[in-house]
Amino acid sequence: MINLLTLIVVILALVAGWRLIRVLELVRDLRDEQEIITDQDNRFNGRAFMWFMILGFAGMIYFTIDAKKYLLPVAASKHGVLTDNYLYQNFALIIIVFFITQFLLFYYSWKYSHKKGQRAYFYPVDHKLEFWWTVIPAVVLMSLIVYGLKLWIGITAPAPAEAMVLEVYGKQFDWTVRYSGEDNKLAHSNYKMITDNNPLGVDSTDVTGKDDKIVTGEMHLPVNSKILFKFHSRDIIHSAYFPHFRTQMNCVPGMTTQFFVEPTISTDSMRLITNNPNFDYVLLCNKICGVAHYNMRLKVVVESQESFNKWYATQQYVFARPEAPVAPAAAVADTTKTAEAVQAESKVVATK
Amino acid sequence: MSTHSNGHVAEVHGEHDHHEHHDTFWTKYVFSQDHKMISKQYLVTAITMAILAMVMSLIFRLQLGWPDQSFPIIEKLIGHWGKGGKLDPSFYLALVTIHGTIMVFFVLTGGLSGTFSNLLIPFQIGARDMASGFLNMLSYWFFFLSCALMTASLFIEAGPASAGWTIYPPLSALPQAIPGSGLGMTLWLVSMVFFIASALLGGINYVVTILNLRTKGMSMTRLPLTIWAFFITAILGILSFPVLFAAALLLLFDRSFGTSFYLSDIFINGAPLHNTGGSPILFQHLFWFLGHPEVYIVLLPALGLASEVISTQARKPIFGYKAMIGSMLVIAFLSFIVWGHHMFVTGMNPFLGSVFVFTTLLVAIPSAVKVFNYLATLWKANIVMSPAMLFAIGLVSFFISGGLTGIILGDSALDINIHDTYFVVAHFHIVMGSSAIFGMFAGVYHWFPRMFGRMMNKKMGYLHFWLTIVSVYGTFFPMHFVGLSGAPRRYYAYTAYEGFNAALNINALISIFAILGGIAQLIFVFNFFYSMYRGKKTSQNPWKSNTLEWTAPVEPMHGNWPGEIPTVYRWPYDYGKPNADDDFIPQTVPFSATPKSNLPGEEA
Repeated sequence: MINLLTLIVVILALVAGWRLIRVLELVRDLRDEQEIITDQDNRFNGRAFMWFMILGFAGMIYFTIDAKKYLLPVAASKHGVLTDNYLYQNFALIIIVFFITQFLLFYYSWKYSHKKGQRAYFYPVDHKLEFWWTVIPAVVLMSLIVYGLKLWIGITAPAPAEAMVLEVYGKQFDWTVRYSGEDNKLAHSNYKMITDNNPLGVDSTDVTGKDDKIVTGEMHLPVNSKILFKFHSRDIIHSAYFPHFRTQMNCVPGMTTQFFVEPTISTDSMRLITNNPNFDYVLLCNKICGVAHYNMRLKVVVESQESFNKWYATQQYVFARPEAPVAPAAAVADTTKTAEAVQAESKVVATK
Repeated sequence: MSTHSNGHVAEVHGEHDHHEHHDTFWTKYVFSQDHKMISKQYLVTAITMAILAMVMSLIFRLQLGWPDQSFPIIEKLIGHWGKGGKLDPSFYLALVTIHGTIMVFFVLTGGLSGTFSNLLIPFQIGARDMASGFLNMLSYWFFFLSCALMTASLFIEAGPASAGWTIYPPLSALPQAIPGSGLGMTLWLVSMVFFIASALLGGINYVVTILNLRTKGMSMTRLPLTIWAFFITAILGILSFPVLFAAALLLLFDRSFGTSFYLSDIFINGAPLHNTGGSPILFQHLFWFLGHPEVYIVLLPALGLASEVISTQARKPIFGYKAMIGSMLVIAFLSFIVWGHHMFVTGMNPFLGSVFVFTTLLVAIPSAVKVFNYLATLWKANIVMSPAMLFAIGLVSFFISGGLTGIILGDSALDINIHDTYFVVAHFHIVMGSSAIFGMFAGVYHWFPRMFGRMMNKKMGYLHFWLTIVSVYGTFFPMHFVGLSGAPRRYYAYTAYEGFNAALNINALISIFAILGGIAQLIFVFNFFYSMYRGKKTSQNPWKSNTLEWTAPVEPMHGNWPGEIPTVYRWPYDYGKPNADDDFIPQTVPFSATPKSNLPGEEA
């Protein structure tokens, strides 16, 4: 019944609409305007441009002030402070250009809207003007390029030898972190050695891996330390994005990428700065990687060297160490293939 | 070849009276070889695809704006993908992917160039038709087939391609990684192969026509800027689309024949794959070698249309005609050497990154020149506020707003923080999406009388414009802040992590504006189809324009002009010339007829 009524109402509305349009058409044909666009149209739209600009500017300014609370807190890495400064310099420049050009655009649209009997000013070219508005943007952009590249070269400079090396390993849909231990060297890994007990495929015959530790759930970093991240993926491209450190790098299967970062603010200090007792740093996946992409993240804890050491001591080695109960040695041999075994296997595949 | 077809068309024209009645329904409306009909076919197909893609965006805007609520309408629209009114996370990715693909390729590439290159090239250069009507027809039907395949992929069981419109492998190569990478991805790739074929057939035809079929007196420096824009766009397409074709083909090989162009060292679903030695980054290089010129393939025609509309309706010559051509050429050249700015965080050598920073920021110079030239054209003008003019002014506004944020994104030191966040989404939706679609709207409103012999309703046009510009800025301006708060794009929900408060709170506002924008487009669609049949009949030259298309009879005819093709004597922008009788002098008027207004050097 209700459906029927709705149907009738809709049909009646359509009929009414159609009659209305017909009336408007008749009025239109009767009026037979000389000009397609009338003086009234020109005045109305010219003014509307002015109002749009004024209200638009006001809305943008209001929104920007209001949305400041959502912006990322102060950069928590050494280079991040520099990039933030540079970002704000860019914004200052952009906002000035934005307001001037948009103002001229809408102001001219209003000021010079059509008036009967008037002629536009015939002004097809002016080489002097063209010269200046080519050269000035060129000079400004050159200075941006030079400054930006200087910054970029600094950010991507080779990491110092003492930097702590750790691997961030992405897979659908979580992160695993491998610390390189006392020797600061990560053992080689090979995707063909991946097993349930060796999720990163670390080569058990590589001696540098004896002290490698593997961590899931959260990553800890000592504050004010130098850290060289090596990024890896075992299935598809992920991207390791640290918004608070102002950096990201893709994790690509088949190759290693890297990034050098110096975290400068501990989680506790950041909680005070942001006035948010629940604040945590985070590592996000920022390259579409599948259905649960939006849930792929890792808590990052930045803390003092002492508490880092304390936490680090409780973490698991990739392979059980000799000091550990004797039995696992055999178990390790079972669950993790040796390099030779894998090589032999690939040869078999190759000869097939 | 071109002379041949030129002669052919002329011959047909010569026997005009005998040939007129040969058109059947099929040859006139379906397998038409007439540029005017093909342009309408492109336009209607593009509008249909645009509505589809827009509805998709509204569905995922509902999800993003109100992630905790369920909307029964979603289930009504997409069935089991929206069970209980909740959008399925994997279908969310599919929607994002297909929305992007349709908008970038089918609407703003095929739709924009296809419609207006076809309509305006023969008309504005003074030709009877395209160099090859048959290739032109083939181009449209490949485009149609491509659209049909892409649409069909929405209805398969595993869902359409969902690896993002950039379809980066290995995600797009491995069905194990995401359901959409099965049959859906195959259909995407096949559809894209047809699309590329269509774009190439069209592009070659445009270039050949412009170079060979210009009427007497129409030198390259007397071409309207629209034609220059279509010409440069076609060349960009011819040079870059084959690279996408290669990329797609290699991906097809990796997917179906076990090759390893893009795959290496992969362990997925509990087992290692045999692929070694490939590089997923190779795909990105190939993709963006097309992908960046593609941005200008989308934008240049829109700028060309806007230049023409702005000059005509400002009743004033476009400022710096040669500088406008020059800046388009420079932008086109630079567009081939900036692709790496999409890849700063792929692990590319930082030095290579700095080269791309340099070339990318150079693009801002010719872009700035274009903006200043538009402003100078409006200065002391006498602006007729036609709906097309409003959209052209809107385009300039977006071109400024979106272009400026490009300066930040193109700088690698800044990009590493905002790469792939909503900041990027905001940037390209304004500078590429909205600018280009506003150019397209300007074109439709301006040339509708040329297409259908009737005017579109201007009141509805105004309402459409004001609602759209408000909703575009309302949608995409706040999005910058979502990005600056660190929210990645292509996330199904921002509820799980506290740091995404911005995304949660601002997203609802964004969605409201997006829905408003969607409603505004209904006004346009109604106006378009209504005016096609019942709009006010137009006079021959309703906008008092100088270009040749307005010298042809209102009723479209085979061969465009009943008698001889008009001869051209002057550039197309003699608007508001001092001492002239009227405020416009069409290109067909010789200098000898206007002794009072001739400038030095313009003697007959």
